[in-house]
Amino acid sequence: MTIHFVVHDEGDSVGVVVVEGLKAGQKLTGWIMDQDKMIEFDARSDIPIGHKLAIKPISKGDTIIKYGVDIGRAIADIGAGEHLHVHNVKTKRW
Amino acid sequence: MGMNLKNATFEGWRREDGRMGVRNHVVILPVDDLSNAAAEAVANNIKGALALPHSYGRLQFGADLELHFRTLIGVGRNPNVAGVVVIGIEPGWTGRLVEGIAKSGKPVEGFAIEQNGDINTIASASRAAYRMVKHASRLKKTRAPLEELWVSTKCGESDTTSGLASCPTVGNAFDKLWENGNTLVFGETSEITGGEHLVAARCRTPEIREKFMAMFDRYQRVIEANKTNDLSESQPTKGNIEGGLTTIEEKALGNIQKIGKKCTVDGVLDKAETPTHPGLWFMDSSSAAAEMVTLCAASGFAVHTFPTGQGNVIGNPILPVIKITANPRTQRTMSEHIDLDVTGLLQKRMNMDEAGEALLDCILRTADGELTAAEVLGHREFVMTRLYESA
Repeated sequence: MTIHFVVHDEGDSVGVVVVEGLKAGQKLTGWIMDQDKMIEFDARSDIPIGHKLAIKPISKGDTIIKYGVDIGRAIADIGAGEHLHVHNVKTKRW
Repeated sequence: MGMNLKNATFEGWRREDGRMGVRNHVVILPVDDLSNAAAEAVANNIKGALALPHSYGRLQFGADLELHFRTLIGVGRNPNVAGVVVIGIEPGWTGRLVEGIAKSGKPVEGFAIEQNGDINTIASASRAAYRMVKHASRLKKTRAPLEELWVSTKCGESDTTSGLASCPTVGNAFDKLWENGNTLVFGETSEITGGEHLVAARCRTPEIREKFMAMFDRYQRVIEANKTNDLSESQPTKGNIEGGLTTIEEKALGNIQKIGKKCTVDGVLDKAETPTHPGLWFMDSSSAAAEMVTLCAASGFAVHTFPTGQGNVIGNPILPVIKITANPRTQRTMSEHIDLDVTGLLQKRMNMDEAGEALLDCILRTADGELTAAEVLGHREFVMTRLYESA
């Protein structure tokens, strides 16, 4: 079984793609590390290795949670399974 | 597996000051940029001598000058160095560097270029380097307990796999080394941003926490004073963003996985300062790889652990740098730069304790003399940290 994405904690908003060549529409298997649980998901964007997908629907202005901690804010709505990166999330610092 | 670290040993060189080194370099150390040519000529004459050219050492003053000397003296005193030949443009600062290194008890000789010229200086310094290489080659290795090995860490070209797997691998190994009584260091002041509360919570005493926060806040003020828009052009770097890291907070949370789950922060160091007791130290430092690793060498560390996501290729002339990656693309495309492959962590083929023990095994092999990828590939990045412009 291939793990397509990994989530640090089940409270997180995002997972990290850990395989190359992931395409929109693909059925994905994800592993939530801290709780050692598996989840299934459909990709809604092509997502490069190392990049993140939203694992829940996110609205513009929402805080993004990873490692159970605030890592920034959404500057656009992001659907579950969509690519989440610098085009739709910004730092709250600096 | 279950490695018993209390019985673990490594074979290295016991230096005059009691410290254990794992390499036996004879270093030709320029005081200033003007002396690089002579230093490199000596290293070319004498096989086994290593020149450490750098860009600075003229018209510096105050804290910046103190840091210059602390860095060069620390590198000279590092236990991976058997002896040092110092070359400077004039005798004053040359003597200051010689005197600082001599306090460690190791062989050190200084040569000044003014009133001699490059050619005569190179001849005299080559004879000194010749004697030192002969001396170093006669020194016998001895066994020492693992706790005498000083281990540093700093990550680079990080991506999301760094925070998921390669940084936690270092964290797992650091937890084990910390319990074993080793001396450890991490730093990267700007790359704590977003996780500073987590590091503060790990400080062993309120005094240490206060010093850590003072260092963190000082650098935030440097950013505020000097930024043009924000720091998003540099932190995260273009490589980090290509690798999937979106914000400084996300990068910082991955970065601080290197301090594991059990270690407390037992002290803080200014740049290139030497720890005074075992435990985990925070060093106020840049997050630029070559600057930070050079500062670790100057602080006296003997082996460095370097998690990378996108594939930073860094090495150091005197401090062996062990590279660890969990990114399967990096492992596939740049394997010659990687000493430990922990990609298995992301597919549940390996657990974190196994990864930590694989890293400890790699650290011990490196200490015993196995060359790192960066050593074999000739990576000798040596970069001095500057605090402000010269006079």
